[in-house]
Amino acid sequence: MPFISNTDQQRHQMLEAIGMTMDGLFADIPQELMTNSLNLPKSMTEQQVRSHLAEMAGKNHIDLTCFLGGGFYDHFIPAAVYSIVSRSEFYTAYTPYQPELSQGTLQAIYEFQSSVCRLTDMEVSNASLYDGGTAIYEAMMMALRITRRNKIVIDDSVNPIYRVMMDSYTQNLKIELEQTTSIDGLANREAILDKLDDKTAAVILQNPNFCGCIDDFTDIAQAAHEKGALLIVSTYPISLGILKTPGQMGADIVTGEGQSLGLPMSFGGPYLGFMASRKKFVRQMPGRIVGRTTDRQDRRSFVLTLQPREQHIRRDKATSNICSNEALCALTALVYLSLMGKEGLKETAQLCADKASYAYQRITAIPGVEAHFRSKWFFNEFVVDLPCDAADVVAKLIEKGFAAGFPLRRYYNDMENSLLISVTEKRSKQQIGLLAEALESVL
Amino acid sequence: MKLVFEKSVPNRRGVRTSPSDVPTSINIKSELLRGSTPTLPELSELDVVRHFTQLCQRNFGVDTNFYPLGSCTMKYNPKVADRIASYPGFAHIHPLLPQLRLGGMLTQGALQVLYETDMLLREITGMAGYTMQPMAGAHGELTGMMIMAAYHRDKGNHKKTVLIPDSAHGTNPASAAIAGFKVKTIPSKDGVMDLDAVKESLNDDIAGVMLTCPNTLGLFNPHIRQLCDLIHSVDGLAYYDGANLNAIVGQARPGDFGFDIVHLNLHKTFATPHGGGGPGAGPVGVCQRLVDYLPVSIVIKRDDGTYALEYDRPKSIGYVAPFYGNFAVVLRAYVYMLMLGAKGLKRVAENAVLNANYIRHKLKDYYKIAYDRVCMHECVFSTTAKMAENGIRAVDIAKALIDRGFHPPTVYFPTIVRESMMIEPTETESMETLDAFIDAMIEIAELAQSDPEKLKAAPEKATVNRPDETKAAKELDIASL
Repeated sequence: MPFISNTDQQRHQMLEAIGMTMDGLFADIPQELMTNSLNLPKSMTEQQVRSHLAEMAGKNHIDLTCFLGGGFYDHFIPAAVYSIVSRSEFYTAYTPYQPELSQGTLQAIYEFQSSVCRLTDMEVSNASLYDGGTAIYEAMMMALRITRRNKIVIDDSVNPIYRVMMDSYTQNLKIELEQTTSIDGLANREAILDKLDDKTAAVILQNPNFCGCIDDFTDIAQAAHEKGALLIVSTYPISLGILKTPGQMGADIVTGEGQSLGLPMSFGGPYLGFMASRKKFVRQMPGRIVGRTTDRQDRRSFVLTLQPREQHIRRDKATSNICSNEALCALTALVYLSLMGKEGLKETAQLCADKASYAYQRITAIPGVEAHFRSKWFFNEFVVDLPCDAADVVAKLIEKGFAAGFPLRRYYNDMENSLLISVTEKRSKQQIGLLAEALESVL
Repeated sequence: MKLVFEKSVPNRRGVRTSPSDVPTSINIKSELLRGSTPTLPELSELDVVRHFTQLCQRNFGVDTNFYPLGSCTMKYNPKVADRIASYPGFAHIHPLLPQLRLGGMLTQGALQVLYETDMLLREITGMAGYTMQPMAGAHGELTGMMIMAAYHRDKGNHKKTVLIPDSAHGTNPASAAIAGFKVKTIPSKDGVMDLDAVKESLNDDIAGVMLTCPNTLGLFNPHIRQLCDLIHSVDGLAYYDGANLNAIVGQARPGDFGFDIVHLNLHKTFATPHGGGGPGAGPVGVCQRLVDYLPVSIVIKRDDGTYALEYDRPKSIGYVAPFYGNFAVVLRAYVYMLMLGAKGLKRVAENAVLNANYIRHKLKDYYKIAYDRVCMHECVFSTTAKMAENGIRAVDIAKALIDRGFHPPTVYFPTIVRESMMIEPTETESMETLDAFIDAMIEIAELAQSDPEKLKAAPEKATVNRPDETKAAKELDIASL
């Protein structure tokens, strides 16, 4: 029997040792609730399952040149990342409840927390959250607790995939979730200031935003603080190799999706939510937090700390219900950042920006294709308006071997001809040129 | 051990970025830049590999040795599932691809994995439909409670209270609370949720009940069907926390007990590795009358045999995850189910329960057993009165096990048993391993009488010895800046 060590003889021996029958062991389950047999496919051997799944994997087309982004990116991953996170001492461990057997995981989480703080210019961070979207949700809940207010202002330049998640999570809660409409690719100052009042717990923004535009929220942070509200900024960690940090802007809580830090796209997960904040708010943070301490022999040690915030102690009064998070993905991000180092991350961010800028020039030079925004500052994504329905164009380009970008009409009604194009350091000048030629040929 | 930052040497590089093949034409204006580089370490690839290899040697996983952490189902994680998850055809698909026109046909293999996992889980649990979106068990609980709220909202019910037994995982009350419910705790009687207390609590305000079965004491509630019926009598819903499904998988189905909503921990019952604290996956299954409330999107199979994402679900609670959940985790569980089949899964529960009862039987003369009756997949002990007289606590026994090469059981949970030690051996462990563990536990029990100070000094062989948790919280240092 797969993955079960005991033989039939041993089962028999053990039953004899305890003086029971197998049926007796299940006697507490009323007979009428027992299942006779499940209707499942015949079991497969390893050889069979590998060839079956290889065939299924073959039905997924990964040969398209990828210009799809939208918060989830095709970045380069050094081989050493996978080698390290494949160590089973890391991946077959549970949450580090016993510090003596978990110093590896615990120190790695401490280093991950430190890396997130260094990247975002914030003071404290946690062991990870599920993804970038639930991280915004948790930041919102945290802001509600800190301010004891119930209104949230979110700009529509925040990833729409996350905004629909926020709509779902707040349905049964007494939270006023108000949305502002961005202007020319940037957060709508006037509307945000208009909605900021003494009931507002937080303003939620994103930089670079969903359309790739770069903003500086320093003025909004000040305005929010004057009203006693917090600023929550969702960010793209690779961009922080060069861009002004949320900490420098005065953000109170920073969140983000860490997939770009060494995690494969894997059809949507597992990914990595991260969160950082100011130290004074640490007791309102959700999730696991690792702290540094010493042991009985005064050796440097790491433990889970501030646990009275958490569900296993505080139950219905906990700061969050989160238990398992994305520890192995956090380790992946830490290894990636350690390999890239300060210069490597900066160079990668610069390459993304340069290649996107080149793609922008090539694509906006095509007759009939226009830049959507006047604002010319973008990171590795930009929006162009096509002379026809963007979804049709993307479908035609799939046939030519390109995942050319994301048509924005799905989330923005007035943008039916608009296409969001993303460029990472993996795309070559030649691939960008071929995309421009293919696009021109189908218009 | 030094921090990765403390090993940094100026100008050392771990990765060489490829040279740019495009002109640097637009310089982003300086006010939008960070000004200085982030203070990440500067290390060679070898430095990084050594650092993390040395860190992993300070860790303990299922592959290291026996890991009987109660409630966590630390079974062996088949390597083939990891291999398959790394197939480029699965690892490198962009999640937005199927949302492009014609894009669905480019991801048929991945959509089929999601669809068939849904079908397998339906059959295994007796539910009518699943969402793969929840990214962990507690996330599944929140999703389930959002479905419960949507059901009552839709029916115009003004129900605010959820009943939860005192033996529940902490995530249950936490999930109910953040979904907007009030929690009423129900005491246990004979180790299971007290049916009379439930009856007394029933009124029009009861939105539902949340429980595990078997519960955290490893006990199956023989009145489970009646309990679900009682909740239904006030139009409440019954929520099954699948954390302990390993005890009954292949043998009995929560849907047949009368449960309306179920979450499963794929990283427990379905053998996906836990990663030192995630990623997990917590799919949620519902009964027929709740199917319309499941999150969007759902994978459907069309008449022509192709798979597609369905979004047009007006009663849906919406999105709880950006895409389709932790796909690579779901994929591993799918592989596991294909390899086990119906007989294999049935065998899982048998061996899990047999292993737990073997330990219970062999240790009950040495430790105080919380409930002296047949258990399911786990058993709960506590220290004896004699041990307590010598000042021996559960933590001392746990630390002494570390010196003997074993991961300790879960200690101090469930909280309704004092000095509790919750042992879950899982089905994958052999009799020889259990015997070695039992011998170690007996030796420790004897030491508790003969040389208690030795136990209090444990562990001696680990890299650290009882780190100071009070100091960690008091002199808070959670980041090296």
